[in-house]
Amino acid sequence: MTVRKNARRIAVTGVALLAVLATAACGGSDSGSSDGADWTQTGPITYVQGKDTSGYVQPAIDEWNKLYPDQKVTFAELSDSADEQRAAMIENATTNGAKGYDVLSVDVVWTAEFAGNQYIQELPKDQFPTDGYLKPAVDSGTYFDKLYAFPATSDGAMMYYRTDLLEQAGIAEPPKTWDEVVAACDAVKKLPGQASINCWGGQFQKYEGLTCNIAEFINSAGGTFITADGKPDVNSDAAMSGVNQMVDWFDDGTIPKAAQTWQEEESRNAFQSGNLVFLRNWPYVYTLANKDDGSSEVNGKFAVAQLPGKDGVGVSTLGGHNMGVTTTAKNLGTAKEFIKWWNSAENQKAHTIVSSQAPTIEGLYSDEELVKQFPYMPVLRASLANAEPRPKAVEYGDVTLAIQDATYNAIQGNSTPKAVFDRLQTDLEGLLK
Amino acid sequence: MSNAVDVTHDVSKEKERKPKKNLLSDGQGTLALILIAPTLFVIFLVVGIPVVMSVIESIYITTGGVNPDTGVVESVTNFAGLQQYADAFTESAGTVLSPWGRLPRFLNALINTLFFTVVCIAFETVLGVLMALIMTKAFKGKGLVRAAILIPWAIPTIVSALMWQLVFNTSGVANEIIGQQILWLADSVWSQWAVIIADVWKTAPFIGLLTLAGLQTIPTDVYEAAKVDGATAWQMFWRITLPLVRPALVVAVLFRTLDTLRMFDLPFGLIGPQKYSVETLSMLAFSDAQAQRYGSAAAYSVMLFLLIVVIAFLFIRLLGADLVSDPEVKAMNEARKKQKAARKQMKSSITSGESAT
Repeated sequence: MTVRKNARRIAVTGVALLAVLATAACGGSDSGSSDGADWTQTGPITYVQGKDTSGYVQPAIDEWNKLYPDQKVTFAELSDSADEQRAAMIENATTNGAKGYDVLSVDVVWTAEFAGNQYIQELPKDQFPTDGYLKPAVDSGTYFDKLYAFPATSDGAMMYYRTDLLEQAGIAEPPKTWDEVVAACDAVKKLPGQASINCWGGQFQKYEGLTCNIAEFINSAGGTFITADGKPDVNSDAAMSGVNQMVDWFDDGTIPKAAQTWQEEESRNAFQSGNLVFLRNWPYVYTLANKDDGSSEVNGKFAVAQLPGKDGVGVSTLGGHNMGVTTTAKNLGTAKEFIKWWNSAENQKAHTIVSSQAPTIEGLYSDEELVKQFPYMPVLRASLANAEPRPKAVEYGDVTLAIQDATYNAIQGNSTPKAVFDRLQTDLEGLLK
Repeated sequence: MSNAVDVTHDVSKEKERKPKKNLLSDGQGTLALILIAPTLFVIFLVVGIPVVMSVIESIYITTGGVNPDTGVVESVTNFAGLQQYADAFTESAGTVLSPWGRLPRFLNALINTLFFTVVCIAFETVLGVLMALIMTKAFKGKGLVRAAILIPWAIPTIVSALMWQLVFNTSGVANEIIGQQILWLADSVWSQWAVIIADVWKTAPFIGLLTLAGLQTIPTDVYEAAKVDGATAWQMFWRITLPLVRPALVVAVLFRTLDTLRMFDLPFGLIGPQKYSVETLSMLAFSDAQAQRYGSAAAYSVMLFLLIVVIAFLFIRLLGADLVSDPEVKAMNEARKKQKAARKQMKSSITSGESAT
């Protein structure tokens, strides 16, 4: 008994000492910046992105490998959960590239965290020309005026609306303002059999989608969620009119109470089963809601328009993925050529056709073939043209959680909107300084 | 009288010998140590080192900020002592609004954890004992009932979390049954009850199973004797079943308590991360680790670890949970007890004898 105890005690002390030494060693070895990056070296690289549900990625990489057999690209496919993708990428960075990741597909909201912590390196603007790419998308890959991630796919919100119901109610044009939305719903509810239809749907569960939705309400009311110099401005009069609009819509039933538990799919299901006149959602819904296999009751009965706002069309939140190069990558020449090849007009078009993810090249939005397959393209382009990015913060997780806390408390009625957004303003000032 | 003489004789003999520490030791302690050394080494590798490293992690704090010119994060890691432990209880790390009011996030998670533990265990114990009482009865289809009761326990927690998510959906079965629209999956008192209901459903069978094992060791003649004496069913339950099944029940409840204290997957899968009404300590530690605040995440985990140790200790001390249930150890303890009693008896018999004379 005592022998065992003593042995354990000695061992524990020993390990503790070792561990202290190890931590001390780690503390001192922060790597410096990579100024003299050599963008010519070629060789095999690894491309990393989340689960490829469309089946586009591997065949495209095979094509590249056929073209450049000496610069082989390996596809490392991660989970389909964004959090797990981010965790894997951070793990690679904090273990000095132990996983061997070279090119990362970076969600727009991770740009600041990855760039600030130097997980990804600056892409020299002269070697990565971004002319012809959507400005908001390029902006989303930029941090402190430096390009860190090359725009690959984009995403913007649109308003889906029931053309059949609006027509029956005698409304020719989709509403452009919130007042028109309410008026249209009132007219639709007077139609026979539609008395209990819900008016507006979106994503109001407490998760990232809530951040997108509240940012849209604030920006569409003429507020600026985050000002041009990166400061929060969430409790100004203009911002509060957007917040109050959202809360009022919950109070008067314009947005059904159940929407507090909706993410993208729940809101899509509500729209597809004919329970909503208007739905705020991403472009992916279009194809699914148009399916004629019986899964959607609204196929052929809806169209899309830009989000409504307080006094005119509203402002969408920007989504999408960009491609960054890790600081531990060696074969930067190959990484550069691969990124440029991947995002050429030809390949982005092919990508869009297979995966229906929005391209970042502006010209593709008027491409006849694409518009024919995805009739929403012109609307999406207009939506993206004035889309606003979410806050660029190294600690984005804390920022978005603070925003979700405030918004969820406001729509649940736990506190007055003004009180929670005053608090949010203080919190964000601390987080975004 | 002869008894007393025997005892004194024994004691005098023992005084001569050096008292042995382990009454049943056969002098093979070293061999035993060598034999279990590989196991100890593995445990040390996979348990010892991580525990020590978390403790060390928790006394260092990483602070830093963004360089206003380049945007690059510059951070330093400093020795912080117990600061991160103290900060957990203050408002310095920010407060959150939950059904318990506005509290520091750690305190809120601590209250949730204890609340879930107490409420879930209470329901599970009552239901589990009931299940065991049903399962132990001899009737047709007994095997089927036993299997059916155990199904929830056999389903992985994350799967049952997603199943219950469908039940608690706004248009799900739960709302259909009660005929009201309750937002179970939002972030409110209702979410807490959703977690409790799902947890009780899932783990009451576990208590039931262990209690059943205990019930089957109770000899039937005890009941027969009670019946002859005219005891009611209720009396038999309180006076016979419960006391005799207690050792098994206490162990089952202890295991469930330790399990519930580190509950993670059920609230995470059912209600979601960062929902303060159901955030437990392990969820909070996970969330901080996700935000790359490893120091405070480690501090929270260490505190959870200590909490579990204290509660396990109290269980064993106050309720006499017999975890090892090794006949040798039992025999040793009994031998010690007898010895003590004998000594006491001897002392008292001497004193009483003296006073008598």
